[in-house]
Amino acid sequence: MTTPAKAAAPAIELIGIDKSFGPVHANADVNLEVERGVIHGIVGENGAGKSTLMSILYGFYEADAGEIRVNGEPVRIRSSREAIHHGIGMVHQHFMLVEPLSVLENVMLGAEGGPLLAGGAATIRKRLAELGKEYGLEVDPDAIVGELSVGLQQRVEILKALVRGAEILVLDEPTAVLTPAEADQLFEMLRVLKSQNKTILFITHKLREIMSLTDRVSVMRRGEMVATFETAETSPPELADAMVGRKVILKIDKGPAHPGKVALEARNLVVRDDRGVTRVHDVSFVLREGEILGVAGVAGNGQSELLEALAGIRPLAGGEILVDGRALQASERNAHAVRRLGVGHVPEDRQRVGLIMPFEACESAMLGFHDQSTFGRGVLFDRRAIVADAARIMEAFDVRPRAPLLRTANFSGGNQQKIVLAREIDHDPRIMLVGQPTRGVDIGAIEFIHKRIVAQRDAGKAILLVSVELDEIFALSDRIVVLCGGRITGERRPEETNPQDLGLLMAGVDERAA
Amino acid sequence: MGFEDLLSILGSGLRLSVPLICACLAGLWSERSGVVDIGLEGKILVGAFAAAAVATFTGSAWLGLGAAIVATIGVSLIHGYASIDQRANQIVSGTAINMVADGITALIGNAIWSQGGRTPQLPDTALFNAIKLPFVDALAPVPVLGPVYKHLISGHDLITYFGFACVPLTYWALYRTRFGLRLRAVGENPAAVDTAGISVRGLRYRAVIICGALVGLSGAYLSIAQAAYFQPHMSAGKGFIALAALVFAKWRPWPALATCLLFGVLDALATRLQGVPLPLVGPVPVQAIEALPYLLTVILLAGFIGKATPPRASGIPYVKER
Amino acid sequence: MSAPLKPLPVWADVALIPLINVAAAFVISGLVVLAIGENPLEAVRLLLVGALGDLEGIGFTLYYATSFIFTGLAVAICFHAGLFNIGVEGQAYVAGLGAALACLYLGFLPGYSLVIVAIAAAALFGAAFAAIPGYLQAKRDAHIVITTIMFNYVASALMGYLLVDVLRVPGQMNAETAGFSKYGVVPQFHELLKPLGIIWPETPFNLSFLLALACAFGVWLLIWRTRLGYAIRAVGANPTAAVYGGISPARITIVTTLLSGALAGGMAANVILGEEHRLILEYTAGFGFVGIAVALMGRAHPVGILLAAILFGMLYQGGAELAFDKPKISRDMIVVIQGLVVLFAGALEHVFRRPVATLLARRTSHPPI
Repeated sequence: MTTPAKAAAPAIELIGIDKSFGPVHANADVNLEVERGVIHGIVGENGAGKSTLMSILYGFYEADAGEIRVNGEPVRIRSSREAIHHGIGMVHQHFMLVEPLSVLENVMLGAEGGPLLAGGAATIRKRLAELGKEYGLEVDPDAIVGELSVGLQQRVEILKALVRGAEILVLDEPTAVLTPAEADQLFEMLRVLKSQNKTILFITHKLREIMSLTDRVSVMRRGEMVATFETAETSPPELADAMVGRKVILKIDKGPAHPGKVALEARNLVVRDDRGVTRVHDVSFVLREGEILGVAGVAGNGQSELLEALAGIRPLAGGEILVDGRALQASERNAHAVRRLGVGHVPEDRQRVGLIMPFEACESAMLGFHDQSTFGRGVLFDRRAIVADAARIMEAFDVRPRAPLLRTANFSGGNQQKIVLAREIDHDPRIMLVGQPTRGVDIGAIEFIHKRIVAQRDAGKAILLVSVELDEIFALSDRIVVLCGGRITGERRPEETNPQDLGLLMAGVDERAA
Repeated sequence: MGFEDLLSILGSGLRLSVPLICACLAGLWSERSGVVDIGLEGKILVGAFAAAAVATFTGSAWLGLGAAIVATIGVSLIHGYASIDQRANQIVSGTAINMVADGITALIGNAIWSQGGRTPQLPDTALFNAIKLPFVDALAPVPVLGPVYKHLISGHDLITYFGFACVPLTYWALYRTRFGLRLRAVGENPAAVDTAGISVRGLRYRAVIICGALVGLSGAYLSIAQAAYFQPHMSAGKGFIALAALVFAKWRPWPALATCLLFGVLDALATRLQGVPLPLVGPVPVQAIEALPYLLTVILLAGFIGKATPPRASGIPYVKER
Repeated sequence: MSAPLKPLPVWADVALIPLINVAAAFVISGLVVLAIGENPLEAVRLLLVGALGDLEGIGFTLYYATSFIFTGLAVAICFHAGLFNIGVEGQAYVAGLGAALACLYLGFLPGYSLVIVAIAAAALFGAAFAAIPGYLQAKRDAHIVITTIMFNYVASALMGYLLVDVLRVPGQMNAETAGFSKYGVVPQFHELLKPLGIIWPETPFNLSFLLALACAFGVWLLIWRTRLGYAIRAVGANPTAAVYGGISPARITIVTTLLSGALAGGMAANVILGEEHRLILEYTAGFGFVGIAVALMGRAHPVGILLAAILFGMLYQGGAELAFDKPKISRDMIVVIQGLVVLFAGALEHVFRRPVATLLARRTSHPPI
């Protein structure tokens, strides 16, 4: 491994790390060696286990088995305090900042240096100035964090770690909320840190970043560490290959599509998230009757916001949505009106959005359609009709148990999803927006759900399928677009592409980029 | 209205504001840490009763004060346990405390002294009495400053002076100490505090204890400084006015002092202006002035005179994301 | 929401835990009685005799229960929408104004239509007063708990002013309105039964009780059998899913507070129109807050509310008799019990879950299904 004599121990060694959450085997016998003074990237798709691994390193979880060594010494990290003690600093994806407080106060939190702030403040103010000069991490210590740009807020996170003496910095998907310019600034900072012999662990799914920034890169896939490369000796296609693996593409019996006229069109859509960060940048596409358009991409690249905007539960910041050639008015961009126009929506998060857990199954089966006359002509509900209707669609979609009065929460994930699907399909929409239809669903139900979606397509519906599972995208789509960073990076026909090719597009290798 | 009248009103207002200030600061400490406290009203009653009862039995105002603080800290810990460890709905918990306190203070008072819940009149020796500050008489002839010194600054009891002192003390503790910084942080983003390796639970319990101590002061003032006995329901909504003042002051110590003084003066004015015709409006009904603090708070909450944003984690039980 | 709760069998969830919570409240109340030197069991006996021992007691019990049904329903309907309406006290008070104004100034209406209009006016005034905090929460994000607390005091001030300075009969000492005509009155049961030859003791128990029962049924129908009720429950259970389902949480907030205030008006019917026959100062006497305890104890379900209301009616009536016999246990004891019910049925409702779950797990030899 190393040259003889005085070889410095690796900064971090993870040996045989194993962690399960119930049936989910998040990390399976993971080994990782991170040399000192390098930028080491970790790539993988969603659910590959990267975040879990880092959480173990940072003390949020304790591994079920395995060993951690810092600078050659075996350590036990049971809390973030202990991680800090060992010189490990983490920059979280969702910042751990107190927005109404100043930069100085945020950095001091937990490292105040005494019961009174005055002394510690002076020390840290000086340290911040030093670090600012040394690494180009200048920030006004008295600025209120909530008023800073996202890029500067991230800088504060990094400073927090450095002030606490972090020698090893772990960054989890740091560019997710940054503009390209801010991302470049971040990379500069990281290079300076590296030159000062800091070790950096950089988790991302964007291959462009890996190639431009890291010295080494490890690839995780389905809970396992599958490969480690010297960045200079590898390439995006090789990485993409390792990320997605040589999987057998799930095939289902699917006849060819016969796309008809355009049912839904998106023009230059711009959508912002709850924090005001733009998540969808200028997305345009058409969706025809009788076809399934698959939207592939790693989670967090704007798919959720896109879907929500189309379904009317998130406002549009720009662009237009056209249904049957007619642009929707502002007054029509709400869930109720959109549903009236014949658009069905299977949301990505069935428990939080698509169903009401404490309700009976038959009541969840009415959600969104409860004002229809099928459920009662007068003021009162026709309870019998509601229960009978629920029983009917539960029968048609093989929901188990066949119990319309059972609380929604008591159904398994797959059956809950079937209820949502049954409900949306039963009201015969012309357009369907489907998000992660088989997330958390068992194998048997997956096949069932896929067959039903294809059946809808054959019946002439226009279907938009958003999924982070490439298997699913390949199995169902007639056309595929890839979303990365809120932009469409490419469009393909499934027969013209393969997972590795899509992997590249998903990782930000944008063939459309200027 | 002459200068003497003005001083008289201001003096009354000041005295009326003391229980408000203490209770308001109590609420500030609790809410800034993220624990909503609707139960100030009930805790004032508990404090007032404990102070009067113990002072009656022991003849000592200091023991009475001590009992008040111990009792209210105890009640605060119940609310704290429900809110922090049991993750209860903090408003329901506070409401429960108000009800139980209202009933139990009257009940026990009546059971012991059989005067309908009133405690016996306390002699001066068992009260916190007015303190004459040095040089009051010597400075009296000085125009403006003399009477101000005599009527506004001197002549208050120890609880009043201490209560006022708690304002700069609170400011200092909140903004100049490590504990204060951590407390402010935990009320806004407990996850950030947790990841920094600090105990969220510990901070919140400490805040709740401070809250208890301060509100005990408020209650004791009512029964062994302002009055000389405890009477059922004697808090008369002061706990809620303190809450209104807290919101109005946007959870900051010096504005809280100013708001409580304002509300105290309004209270003093209410009785003064009864039947007195004002220019343009004519005689203002006393109830209108009584309702003013509440109306102002609602108007503020509705965003019509600026925004009142509570600490972001206020009322939300902290659950570690695992 | 809070941390995941330990799973329990359905029957334990719905019946056992609530029962234990209420029992805890009473056990502690008993300890308080013990602490002031009285025998709790003797107190319970006197209380039961006072509340149910004779027809007069039962009459008063049911009269109080009627008010509690209305205030309990008012709080409960807001609970379903995820709102905590502490302002029922003030809303009921202002509703009384509506009833009084109708009776005093609409006397030209024929016969008993006056009292019907008066009840409607009470509902209207209560609804309007409740809708202000509702609107402020829905449209301006003003926390409804704080605003309703404030509005209780505003109501007190407003009504105090009106009763003392505006509506008071000139020359009269008491701050109350003139008496209502016989058409502005909800008849009491003992009066109705007299011509039928049934002699009941004179109690304030009046026909509003039937209105309360009808309202309880109505609320049940509304919440579980209408589209509006579905929307209310959806917003209360999961506002995000409600938005997905095309429901507007803002609109539901306003509608729910309107209904809540209207229900609070029922108390005006019971007390002002049914017994006092004039508007008096602070007639609500804390019954709006009892409504909170009733709603929590009854788990926001009309059947539970009916039972809880009757229980509290018993406490109030029996408590009055108890205070008579045992002056040490004054009527304040009832407020203590009320507070403990709110504490255990509301705030600490999950504190017994873990011990009960452990106990049940030990007793079952085979794993739960």
